[in-house]
Parts: sequence; structure tokens; C-alpha cells
Amino acid sequence: MIDAIVLPLLKILVVLNAVLVGVTFMVLLERKVIAWAQARLGPMRVGPYGMLQPIADVLKLMVKEDITPAKADKWVFTAAPMIALIPALIVFAVVPFGPEVSIFGRRVTLAITDLNVGLLYVVSVTSIGVYGIILAGWASNSKFPLLASLRASAQLISYEVAVTMILVSMVVSAGTLSMAGIIDAQYQQGVWYAFAQPLAFVVFFIGGLAETNRAPFDMPEAEQELTGGFHTEYSGMRFALFFLAEYANMIVVSCVATTLFLGGWLQPFPNVSALSFLGFVPGWMWFLGKTFVFLYVFLWIRATLPRYRYDQLMRIGWKVLIPLGIANVVVSAVLKVLL
Amino acid sequence: MAPESQPMFDTDEIVLNMGPQHPSTHGVLRVVLRLDGERVVGSDVVIGYLHRGIEKLCENRDWTQIVLLTDRMDYVAAATNNVGYCQTVEKLMSIEVPRRARYLRTIMCELQRIASHCLWLGTHAMDIGAMTVFLYAFRERELILDLFEEYCGARLTYNSMRIGGLPLDIPPGWDKKVLAFCDIMDTKLVEYEQLLTHNRIWLERTKGVGVISAEEAVAIGLSGPPLRGSGVKHDIRKDEPYAAYDEMQFEVPVGEAGDTYDRYLVRIEEFRQSVKIIRQAIEGLPEGPITGKVPRLIKPPAGETYHAIESPKGELGYFIAADGKSTAPYRFRVRPPSFCNLQALPRLIQGHLVADVVALIGSVDVVLGEVDR
Repeated sequence: MIDAIVLPLLKILVVLNAVLVGVTFMVLLERKVIAWAQARLGPMRVGPYGMLQPIADVLKLMVKEDITPAKADKWVFTAAPMIALIPALIVFAVVPFGPEVSIFGRRVTLAITDLNVGLLYVVSVTSIGVYGIILAGWASNSKFPLLASLRASAQLISYEVAVTMILVSMVVSAGTLSMAGIIDAQYQQGVWYAFAQPLAFVVFFIGGLAETNRAPFDMPEAEQELTGGFHTEYSGMRFALFFLAEYANMIVVSCVATTLFLGGWLQPFPNVSALSFLGFVPGWMWFLGKTFVFLYVFLWIRATLPRYRYDQLMRIGWKVLIPLGIANVVVSAVLKVLL
Repeated sequence: MAPESQPMFDTDEIVLNMGPQHPSTHGVLRVVLRLDGERVVGSDVVIGYLHRGIEKLCENRDWTQIVLLTDRMDYVAAATNNVGYCQTVEKLMSIEVPRRARYLRTIMCELQRIASHCLWLGTHAMDIGAMTVFLYAFRERELILDLFEEYCGARLTYNSMRIGGLPLDIPPGWDKKVLAFCDIMDTKLVEYEQLLTHNRIWLERTKGVGVISAEEAVAIGLSGPPLRGSGVKHDIRKDEPYAAYDEMQFEVPVGEAGDTYDRYLVRIEEFRQSVKIIRQAIEGLPEGPITGKVPRLIKPPAGETYHAIESPKGELGYFIAADGKSTAPYRFRVRPPSFCNLQALPRLIQGHLVADVVALIGSVDVVLGEVDR
């Protein structure tokens, strides 16, 4: 009873809240990091050093007037933000935050569930999210969002393929689709896949940037071109849902990258006994720390780079990343057989 | 019912109204785009949203009051406008301007060029998505605004010139501060260039985008950096020197390809040349009066004249006709560089993508206050 219902529910509650709070503070972090990069202070008024800014942001978005444009398709317009957000949240079901720990004498895995097709689940669920963007652009019945949603669909299709290729080669290397299994495989083989397969790591990261619509691939929302893109017509809480979805997706990509390439909850060089003193840091902290590194790089890139153009993005996707991805699958498969 | 000859699926161009309320049209420019997918097949530039009738207003103000109206045209380089107007009237009345005043005008024009280019660089980079450059450039522009605030009390519309010279001498220590600013600018330029010049994305976004040949540029009547970016070495500061430019050593940078990247490089080099000019002018700043012999009542003799200066955006010309009787110009006409350069926009964006449209609006560097007047 406890194992079947209470524990999973508790985990869902904890993870969901952690993610949502994490997202709001992610927004603060983004504003702060970019402000530091740009020689300014960022939010400073709400709380010490603006630490309470996320609360003010959320309150503001909740009390804002929620406008539905007269010519919008009301049902789709309402559904689109949910379609964007829900997949971003349910992906966390398979993210392994840490190894088994014992809480009050009970063995608990620090993941809501460990599906044996975990990676497949991640790929399929994250690709649903783009429907939210496409439908939002279409339902707004406005030209800028429409252009943005066309960009989004083209972008997602191109990068989905490259990223999936990389995931395939990870599965080949690890011999399992389970997220926890992949971390175990990295432990067994004694190397994080970021070092074993650096090319795959780079391609995955670029693909991840493109899939989450982050700079320099933030074309669907390119503020300077499409005035906000797909969420131009959105306001209030519905806009906030898109916002949440974007940041939740960033966290998802960072979590997946951590799992696949940086050994998840493993400490650095887990097989080297000289470094075993690092074991005092619990696994979930390693996991969150590594995820944070990725998130920070996301922000850092946004503060540094200009934006690619839509056709250039497609060119990189189809002519560079996908061939590299396929080559990576072939090479890792051949090596797997030979070694 | 559709005729049978028509295909089942019809493709149509969409008309996209960009502006006048759009983050990247630099004010109230409106561009009506006809798009095939995201490719621009036709465009219509609509201006006039900021028209205040400055030229007509000038014909009803006396000669000194007009200085203040010229501030409102290119408001990111207001002192340059003042200089252009005052020099035109001085030419009309054959007033000799003292050397110190000419030097100070040169310094202010060049400070304004840097300020204007800072604004251009920031917004141009922001349009292409590099948001950090925007704040860096504004940080340095702020220093120039501070210098002007110290000189004349205003930060944007300076009213900082008078017919025959300057209203005020520089405050004590101001020249040292300008020199200190020059040193800061030198180091900060490296920072901008590190972020952009060799950045692969920046190169891909600007190289080969909006190419305009030298012949076309001349035919359209471009001036300033867009003209020089196409390889035409034309700079009024060199060709018809005014103020103290004949005593300054500086280069006129030109591009080769005539694309957005070359226009960017030209302006970046102009930053350096402006700093160089300011240093020379401060070091050689002569002592003496700051205003020439100007009659108490300014009433130019009947006649007309055209005088142009090199504003940060190109050739800023004033045509003034005086009837010799009234204390206001009979006809007042401005040749604003932004307006003439904007003519090239439909030609530049033809066949490019929506993303390039904003890059090209930034690359032409228009100020709508000047386009509409």
C-alpha cells in the first residue's frame, strides 16, 4: 500500500513542487546572471538582492488580465499553454535524481519511477511540447505568432532527429534504455559519456539548445523579429504557462544531459579510491550540481551570442548535426561490437 | 466554386505589417512586408509618424530659436545638427568663427558621432540577438551624455551652439575628462569587437546580407557609413572640411562588399577615428574667444545657401533662403541623411528573410526624428 500509492504520490508532490519553485528561481537566476554579464545589477528591489522577485513575478502574472483575442480559436488558445507545459512536467517522472537511499529505514529510489524504456519516454513526451507552440501560433489568429509557430515546427523536427540519433548511440553504449541503467553503465565502464563520446555530447547540447528554443536558436520567440513570437497574443497566467514550460524544458534538457553524459548522481571518478572522500556529498546533490552547471551555461550563452537565422539553423540541423549524429551511431555501434 | 484550372492548394503571399509599434523598427517606422513564407517579395516603407513640421516651424522662428528646433531632428546626435545649422547661417552672413570655437565644435561633433554609433551598435546588435552589446554600448554612451550634461546642462537636446560660435566655454577640467573618456573608449571598443567582429554567428548574420554596390549606392543617394561600406570614399569632413577638420589627421574607413558586415566594420573603425580626432583637438585646443563678431539682431542678407556636414549618419545638409527683410528664414529645408538612406531599405530587404529585415533596418541606422522632422 505504502510502496504502491503513498510513496509515488509523495515523490510526485515533491518533484512537482521542486520543479515549479525551481523554475521561478531559474527566472531570477537568469535575470541575475545576464545582468552580471551586462554590467548591471538585475532585480534588487524585492527582498535582499531581489531574492523574492520570483514571488512578485508570479503574483503579477496571476492578477494580470487574461485576454483572449476576439478572433482567436478559444478552445485551442486555452489548451495550447497546457499542452506546452504538461509534457515538460511529466518528463520528470523518469529523471533519476539520486541512487537508492534509505529514509526512515525504507529503501527509496530518488526517482518517481525507473521505466525500462525511460529514454524513449523522454523523447516521446518532450516532442509533444511543440504542439503547444504550434497550436498557440495557429489559434492566436495573428501573423507574427503564425510565423513563429511555423519556425518552431521546422526547428523541432530538424533537431529532434539529431538528438534522437545521439540518444540511440548512448543506448548502444550503455545497453539499456533505463535512465538509472545508463548511469550504472557509466559507473561500470568507469567513464562519463561526455568523455567517452565528446562529439555526441556537443551535438546533444546544441540540439538541446535548439529544442528548448533558447539562444542562439530562440527563433520562435525572437523578440526583435517576431515581437515575442508564438506568445505575442498571450497574457496573464496563460503566458506564464508558456514561460514555465520553457524553463521547465531547460531543466529537463539539463537533467537528461547530466544523466547521459555527466554520470548523473555519480561523484567525479567514482572508481578512483583516492577520491572516495567525495562520497560524503549525497548523490542527489551531485546530480543537482551538474544540472545547475548546464543551466548556467544556457544563460551564459544567451548573454553572449547573437541569434542564428532560421535558414541557417535549418542548415546546421540537417547538414551538420544529423550527419554527425548518424556517424556517431555507426561508430559507437561498430566499436561496441568490436570491443 | 473555384475554376477547375486552379490547383487544390493555393499558396498566397501574406502581408505583414511591421511597425509602427515594433521593437526593432527603431522608433515609429512602419514597413509593410509582402512575404512568401519568410522571404520578402515586396515591401513598402511608410514614414511620417513622427512628423512635427520642424521645417515649417523654423520658418516662423527667429534665427536663434531655430537652433533649439534642430535638436529635435537627430536627437541621438543633437549637437551635430546644431553645428550644421549654425554653420549654414554663418555661411549666409559670412561670419568668421574663432578657432577655439571651431575646435570645440569638432570635439562635440565627434563625441556625438561616438554617442550615435554607440546607440547604433547597441540596437543593431540587439536586433540580431546579441543583447549584451546593447548594454555595453549604452554604458559608454552614458559617459558622453554626462560630459554634455557638464558642458551645457542637457543630456539629449543640447541647444549647444550659437550662430558665430558657442554659448559657453567649456568648464574647467572638462578637456581632461574628455581625454579620460577617450582612453575608456579605446578599451571598450576591444570589448565590443570581441563579442561581435569574429563571432561566427555574427558573421553569418551580416556577411552578404543587404549587399549594395557602389554605383547603386551613389544612384540612390546614400551617404555616410552605408555609402562608405560600399567602397565609396566620400566623407564631407575630408572633401569639404568644416569646423577644424582640415587641421585634423584621420582616415576615412571604407568597406568593400557593401554588405551589413562592411557597414558594421566601417562604423567600428569610425569609433577609432573619432577618438583620434578628439585627442588631437583637445591637445591642440587653442585659447581665445568662443564667439565671432555677430550682430545683435541676426538678419542675414537676401540670398540662399546650402551647407552640408558629415553627421554620424551621413550627409546632413541645410538649405536656407533668406529674404533679407524678416527675422526668420524665408525657406528652411533639411536634407536628412536618415531619410535619404532609408530609401535604400526596400531595395536592401528584397529577397531576404524577416530576420534580415530587422538587421538591415539597424544597418542603415535611421533616426525617425530626422526622417520625419
